Amino acid sequence: MSGSAEQAAGGGMTEYIHHHLHNLQWHVGAGPFWVIDIDTVGVTLVLMAIFLGMFIPAARRATAGVPGRFQAFIEMVVVGIDEMVRETFHGSSKLIAPLALTIFVLVFMMNFMDLVPVDLLPWLGRAAGLPYLRVVPTADLNTTVGMALTVFVLIQYFGLKHKGPRLFFKEMFTAPFHAHGLMVIVLAPVNFLLRLIEEAVRPVSLSLRLFGNMFAGELIFILIATMTLSASLAHGLTYVMGPVQLLSDFVWTAFHILIITLQAFIFMMLTVVYLSMAAEQH
Amino acid sequence: MNINLTLIIQGLAFFAVVLLVMKYGWPAFMAAIEERQKRIAEGLAAAERARAELRDADARVAEEIKAARHQAAEIIDRAQHQANLLLDKAREDAIAEMQRHKAAAETEIAAATVRAREELSMRVGELVLAGASKILQREVDASTHRQMLDELAAEI
Repeated sequence: MSGSAEQAAGGGMTEYIHHHLHNLQWHVGAGPFWVIDIDTVGVTLVLMAIFLGMFIPAARRATAGVPGRFQAFIEMVVVGIDEMVRETFHGSSKLIAPLALTIFVLVFMMNFMDLVPVDLLPWLGRAAGLPYLRVVPTADLNTTVGMALTVFVLIQYFGLKHKGPRLFFKEMFTAPFHAHGLMVIVLAPVNFLLRLIEEAVRPVSLSLRLFGNMFAGELIFILIATMTLSASLAHGLTYVMGPVQLLSDFVWTAFHILIITLQAFIFMMLTVVYLSMAAEQH
Repeated sequence: MNINLTLIIQGLAFFAVVLLVMKYGWPAFMAAIEERQKRIAEGLAAAERARAELRDADARVAEEIKAARHQAAEIIDRAQHQANLLLDKAREDAIAEMQRHKAAAETEIAAATVRAREELSMRVGELVLAGASKILQREVDASTHRQMLDELAAEI
């Protein structure tokens, strides 16, 4: 931790935490919206390149004969996700299983950046002249909301494609409360309102759940890092806080392995469930 | 920490990855896996078929062996029978041959007896003649002659 910690120590613990939670930003226009978090986008693109760079060549070389170790590994993931999707969605779709695979692998990789020592990459970034660097894309609300909105659009597209436009729009007003005669007109606004809430809640819950978990995880790593923020060998406290920091960092990292996998799985599973529900008739 | 343009970039980048995986990644793997499943299923079916064929062939071989054994036993029986017949015939032939030889020998013996008897009687006459002439040239002793003559007569 020492390099960045010493440099941040000037402003104390608050400054250190603030610094760590600040994105490397590029103001492309006026106003708060026209900003790009370069670190988030950069790390995401690198992770996507790694994923595609391994997955697509492996797919091209995929053989029906005896698979190599790497192919067997990918097939294990592919078959697992395929079976899970088949259990949830009883139709045929070219989109849903690849979408689930992409979500799981990408979210897992982005979450995994949380397990890289919290000061390592910012320290390297400082050496490269970058004033700020946040390396966990999923701890940036923009990433999770962006992915959740893409999933939202896909849910609508999926529903439209599987039900046809007539049924798709009709169901907005006739479900979940089914009625006959005059009651149909009475219940239509209620149904529509419920539908709007239902649809709006999905991306919000998807994105906030992932963001909350990863942000909290990152924050706890930062807090553990502050234990020895201004420590020096002359202080007696250093010899107490050092081992405590080591132990707590180890425990939190081990626990976090579980969280990052679980969150990636939840994001994927909920997406599959939402898409399945969108294709079903009410 | 605020929502900004990053959101759109992240959303689109994510969508692009989904599209790439959907087009160039996933189908290839599924095709390979399904093809392999098909091959394995075919292989298992072929193995099952081969095992059934082997079972059939084994049964047929056992049957053939049984039939061959049966046939061999029959052939041996017939051969033994034939051998017995041959042996019997040979024995009969031998007996016939022996009897033929015996009969011939008996005939010859009979003929030789007759011949010997004729010759003997011829020789007895000559001896009698010779004896008589010797006796006649000397003093005749009646009683001695009588005795000699009696003996001769007895011998003949």
